[in-house]
Amino acid sequence: MGDVNRSLTLDGSEQGFATTRVDALLGWARKYSLFAYPFVTACCGMEYMALTSPRYDLARFGAEAPRFSPRQSDLLWVVGTISQRQAPVLKRIYEQMMEPKYVLAFGTCASSGGFYDNYTTVAGIDKVIPTDVYIPGCPPRPEAVMDGLMLLQDRIARNERRPGVVKPRLDPVAEAKALVQIRKSAKDPREVLPAIKTEEARSLVERNGGAK
Amino acid sequence: MSQLALDKLRERFGAAILETHSQFGDDTAVVEPSAWKAVCTFLREDPALDFDMPVDLCGVDYPSRATTGRMEVVMHLYSISQKHRIRLKARVGDEDMDGAELDSVTSIWAGMNWLEREVFDMSGVKFLGHPDLRRILMYPEFEGHPLQKTYPAELTQPLVEYRTEEEAGVPLQKQEPFGPDEGMSFGRRGLPRVETDRD
Ligand code: SF4
Repeated sequence: MGDVNRSLTLDGSEQGFATTRVDALLGWARKYSLFAYPFVTACCGMEYMALTSPRYDLARFGAEAPRFSPRQSDLLWVVGTISQRQAPVLKRIYEQMMEPKYVLAFGTCASSGGFYDNYTTVAGIDKVIPTDVYIPGCPPRPEAVMDGLMLLQDRIARNERRPGVVKPRLDPVAEAKALVQIRKSAKDPREVLPAIKTEEARSLVERNGGAK
Repeated sequence: MSQLALDKLRERFGAAILETHSQFGDDTAVVEPSAWKAVCTFLREDPALDFDMPVDLCGVDYPSRATTGRMEVVMHLYSISQKHRIRLKARVGDEDMDGAELDSVTSIWAGMNWLEREVFDMSGVKFLGHPDLRRILMYPEFEGHPLQKTYPAELTQPLVEYRTEEEAGVPLQKQEPFGPDEGMSFGRRGLPRVETDRD
C-alpha cells in the first residue's frame, strides 16, 4: 500500500480525480457486490446450478458468492415454485435480510405461479414480498438469468425500485407468424428454398410436399 | 399375472368382493369397505400371495356415484417374493362424504402410514385406527380437502396476508409476458372466476 498519507491526498497533476454523487457511488459499489441467498425450491434449481457453474462465470457480475444466511446477503434468489405452506418461510427470510435488499424471481413459477393455478401455489412471490426483477422461462436459460441480473444491476446503479421484467430475446409467436407468412406469400415453395442452406433442411422441406 | 389372487379372494370372501376384472394384465378387485382390513390381512399373510410391498394408496372422487360410494380408495400392492401385483378398490362416502371411513391397514404394512395420511388430507377419507391421522401435505389451517371435486378450483387459503398495491407502492399488475393471473396461456384465463371472500 505504501505511504498512506500520500494515497489519501489526491494530487490533481499526478493522479487525477473524479466527481460523483454519493448515491451514485453507493449504487455503483452495491451493484458489483451482490451476496446471494439462493432460495431454491423446485426444478428451476437445475438451471440455477448451471448458472453458478464456471461456464457462465457469474463472478463477472460480482454476484457469485452465495451466503446461506439471510443476514449476510443482499440478493434473494427465489428459484422455483413457492407453495402456500412455504410463503411464511419466504417472508421470514426476506424480513431477516439487511437493507438494502433485492429480490429476483427466477422462472415463471416464482414470477407468477406459472402453470400452477391451484389451491397450493402462490401465484407469484410479489404477492408476499417486494420483487425487483422477474425472469420468465420454465426454466429460464442461464443467459436470460444473466439478462435479469444485469437489469437488476442497472436498477441498483440508478437507485430505482420499480420492478422490471426480462424481455424474451426471441418471441416464439412472432417467429412462427413470420414463418407462416413466408410460406403463404411464396407462390412456389421452392422460392423459400434458397434461403435454406443445408441439403438436409432442403430435403426435409421437399419431403413435406414443399416442392411440387 | 395374479389371477390366482383374484380366485383366492373370491373363494375366501365371496359376496364381499363386489367385482373383479383383469385388463391389460392389471388385476383389480373392488372390495366391500367393511371387509377392507380382512382382505388386506389375507393378502399379506397367505404364503402363496405374500403381498409384502404397499405400492400406493390414493383417492378418486366420482361425485356421480354418490349412491354406491363416491370416493374410491385405490390401493396397489406388489409381492417381492411372488412377483405379482394386485389393485384393490373400496368405494366409501355419500355425496356429503358422510361415512367415508375405512379401517387403517398400518398394522399390516407400516408404510401405509403416510399414504393414508395423504388420502385423508387430499380426499377426506378417515382411516379408523390410524395412529396419527393428521394432514401431511397441506397445513393444519387448511379447510376442506382439495382433491374432492366439490372443492372450488380457484380457492386458495394463504397463510400470509397478500400485499396490496397501496402497501407495495408499485403497480403489482404483471407486465408482458405474464398475464394478470398466471404466466402460461393454458391456464384458467377466460373462465368465470369463483368468488371467494378474498375477492
Ligand atoms: S418455472 Fe418451470 S422449471 Fe421453474 S420451478 Fe416452475 S415449473 Fe419448474
